[in-house]
Amino acid sequence: MESNEQNGQSVTIKGEPGSIAPVWNELDSKLHRHNYTDDDIFAVHLSLEEAFTNAVKHGNNMDLTKEVCIEYSINSEKVEITVADQGGGFDPDAVPDPRCGENLFKAEGRGLLLIRSYMDKISHNPQGNQLRMIRYRRIGDNNEQVSEKASN
Amino acid sequence: MVPIKPKINVNYTENATVVTFTDEKILEDKEIRELQESVMSIVDQPAPSNIVLDFDNVRFLSSAVLGLLIRISKKVYEQNGRLRLCNISPNIIEVFKITRLTKVFDIYPDIASATADFDSEE
Repeated sequence: MESNEQNGQSVTIKGEPGSIAPVWNELDSKLHRHNYTDDDIFAVHLSLEEAFTNAVKHGNNMDLTKEVCIEYSINSEKVEITVADQGGGFDPDAVPDPRCGENLFKAEGRGLLLIRSYMDKISHNPQGNQLRMIRYRRIGDNNEQVSEKASN
Repeated sequence: MVPIKPKINVNYTENATVVTFTDEKILEDKEIRELQESVMSIVDQPAPSNIVLDFDNVRFLSSAVLGLLIRISKKVYEQNGRLRLCNISPNIIEVFKITRLTKVFDIYPDIASATADFDSEE
């Protein structure tokens, strides 16, 4: 991995299932070092896994010659992660709601909903092949946030 | 208890088959495919069966596992069996709530409550 800024990392990995594990291990260590709560860590882990899976399966279409670029930065206030694939992009607003109608019984399509639920801010680039997401560190048992949660 | 490779243990109670996931994290496609093969081999019986999936060891899972559960439930219902989930940690219950899969699956606090009244249902 190559550091590109203070507290920040940029890493390009193979676009294949499982290659996210070493990135998560490093991120996990840093979240613990900055005293993120277990709920924070669960939320960030799940969101990263879902974003990476979407990048590999739907972005790169399981083309193993393509890569996924992950950038992240962490401080005591927030963790910010960007996941970019080499696909043509998609319209996030066109993704069906997996909670509605027959979608509820489909085996796929829940990743983006989970990312939206667990992260405080998410956005896509205009092409739709890069996702940026932020979670603010909670404090203590009542999940009080360090700073005011910005609206999506 | 009958150990089945990989990833699950199976315990046969009087009125149900209890499948316990042994891994703390279920993430990788390969793991999920292996789990699917293991669980489907239990579900795919000629007689209808009552299946309880026990998540006591599981602390983290991805949405791909939710997809696996949907596939398992369809198979169980095709066989005229019944499926229940139990021992799901609070963090993972939240995932079920967010995705509204609490409306799809019968979720119980523990194995005892999940197996208690199978016989009393229609």
